Amino acid sequence: MTGPLTPARLRPRDLAEVGAAGLRARPARVVLSALGVALGIATMVAVLGVSASGQERLRSELDRLGTDLLRVQPGRTLQGGEARLPVESVAMVRRIGPVRAVSATGELPATVRRTDRVPRAETGGLTVRAASLNLLGTLDGRVRSGTWLNAATERYPAAVLGSVAARRLGGPRPGTPVWIGDRWFTVVGVLDPLPLAPEIERAALVGFPAARAHLGFDGHPTTLYQRSAEASVDAVRAVLPRTVNPERPEEVEVSRPSDALAARAAAEGALTGLLLGLGAVALLVGGVGIANTMVISVLERRREIGLRRALGATRGQIRAQFLAESLILSALGGVAGVAAGALFTAGYALWRDWPPVVPGWALVAAPAAALGAGALAGLYPAVRAARLAPTAALNTPAG
Amino acid sequence: MIVELTGVTRRHGRTWALRGVDLAVGAGELVAVTGPSGSGKSTLLHLMGTLDRPSSGEVRVAGHPVGALPDRRLSALRARAIGFVFQQFHLTAGVPALDQVAGGMIYRGWSRRARRERAAAALDRVGLGHRLRHRPHELSGGEMQRVAIARAVAGEPALLLADEPTGSLDSAAGEEVLAVLRDLHRAGTAVVVVTHDPDVAARCPRRVRMRDGLVVEDGGLR
Ligand SMILES: Nc1ncnc2c1ncn2[C@@H]1O[C@H](COP(=O)(O)OP(=O)(O)O)[C@@H](O)[C@H]1O
Ligand SMILES: [Mg+2]
Repeated sequence: MTGPLTPARLRPRDLAEVGAAGLRARPARVVLSALGVALGIATMVAVLGVSASGQERLRSELDRLGTDLLRVQPGRTLQGGEARLPVESVAMVRRIGPVRAVSATGELPATVRRTDRVPRAETGGLTVRAASLNLLGTLDGRVRSGTWLNAATERYPAAVLGSVAARRLGGPRPGTPVWIGDRWFTVVGVLDPLPLAPEIERAALVGFPAARAHLGFDGHPTTLYQRSAEASVDAVRAVLPRTVNPERPEEVEVSRPSDALAARAAAEGALTGLLLGLGAVALLVGGVGIANTMVISVLERRREIGLRRALGATRGQIRAQFLAESLILSALGGVAGVAAGALFTAGYALWRDWPPVVPGWALVAAPAAALGAGALAGLYPAVRAARLAPTAALNTPAG
Repeated sequence: MIVELTGVTRRHGRTWALRGVDLAVGAGELVAVTGPSGSGKSTLLHLMGTLDRPSSGEVRVAGHPVGALPDRRLSALRARAIGFVFQQFHLTAGVPALDQVAGGMIYRGWSRRARRERAAAALDRVGLGHRLRHRPHELSGGEMQRVAIARAVAGEPALLLADEPTGSLDSAAGEEVLAVLRDLHRAGTAVVVVTHDPDVAARCPRRVRMRDGLVVEDGGLR
């Protein structure tokens, strides 16, 4: 026996085989310890997937709703009082070149209730607003049942209910009376949801003339809705305060409802971070589970380790074997977790009627995180296995 | 010489497992090592097989000075030149004989195909050519030990070290195992067998007797 004594390299396939050998004998333990990692990975993938699906839905909703709607409201006076919008502000805004549509609503102090026997304080968060006839067109809204106000009904005690208002009032059908202020109004229509104008969803809308005649409305609008060509939204926004109230432009507040929707999405993103952290903790616990399994595996297999050393395994090859075992465990967990997370995302998205999306990077990062956890978990047991003295390992009592 | 021990001691704390052993085994020899329990036989075998290092003295295996070699190189030496057989066969439950033997050659760097071919040949050599697919629980004690021997010699080591290979077998099974060891010796492998069985020792050309960590008798032909 001459020549350099260099250990043969373990081929990758052989390494996988010795790594899997210990697992094949204990399938139940494999399932349980891979499960921990799977839960962590599934949580992370599901969180990322659900969040991405929600964002995708929001993006398509914004595409559908458009970002060209601006809302004008009175701010505060310099003295701190409540400002008002001039009565003629609608006509002024209509004169801005790129403006396509402008409508006014006026919030009234009156309350809307199902009957006069419901206490006045129980408004259910609902408001009563005077609405101009073109409001529905400006908001791009739709009537779910009944009709929108017209030149006749805007003079009568007739009301159109926003979607939330209708629900809170017990879902009255057109023709049913509701108690507004101190008299009965007849519901003539109910609207579909208006994601860009949640305040209209929560309102009972009456015509301007009816509001003057029956509810003491002074004619000052409290909110203007205005649409212009998408490209000129910023330019319009800049001139709106001066147009609405040339004397006191600083008392005019302009907002873009689509920005509020986007901000809500960003807030949900912050929650995603929290849930991701939760997934990471679950993954950590899964990693500890694998470490535990591996420590036990090394203890139980001291004699096998001794035998392998006698057969010519180097310390490095023993280390590699147990690392491979740990990596296989975590990879099984990772694959199962990605599958479960993706399935959950798909199921949840279908249920919410969202487009199911799992970000591509998550499909790469999640298994990588699982493998990282497996490598960390396997390191210590593998090093311990490799440090065992061959004779001591072989002399381990059976059982 | 395939193994040469010069002035070898091995100490565990205050216990001396070996107190100064000089022993040389030539290529192709068949040597029985006997002696009472605790006399240092297993320690001697581990040192010959480079699984352990002496506290003092020198061990040379196939010309390589064991004391000067790092663990990696000793591992490579074991993989190529040394085969071990133990009293408790150390077979893996549920694994067929062919895979047990082929798996033993994983540290040789041979292809799977080559390993399986050699495994089949080695099992044939120990008279188990008809038991390739059998799992340990389907084999008798003698057959299990012969699978372990096949695993030890499939890589054709120059030295086979057997620590009480018949210790847990009945005499008929022990006879089968001894026959296999003698065949290997005749084919040129040096075999050192630790045994309590005087019949086994009597059938070996050279007998080494130990007591209290020393070789007290080294008889037979040289
Ligand atoms: N790892 C060890 N730690 C302490 N003492 C040991 C160890 N290994 C062997 N010995 C001691 O060395 C002596 C020789 O042991 P061993 O070589 O196993 O004897 P044999 O195989 O002849 O029965 C015994 O007294 C035993 O107790
Ligand atoms: Mg012994």
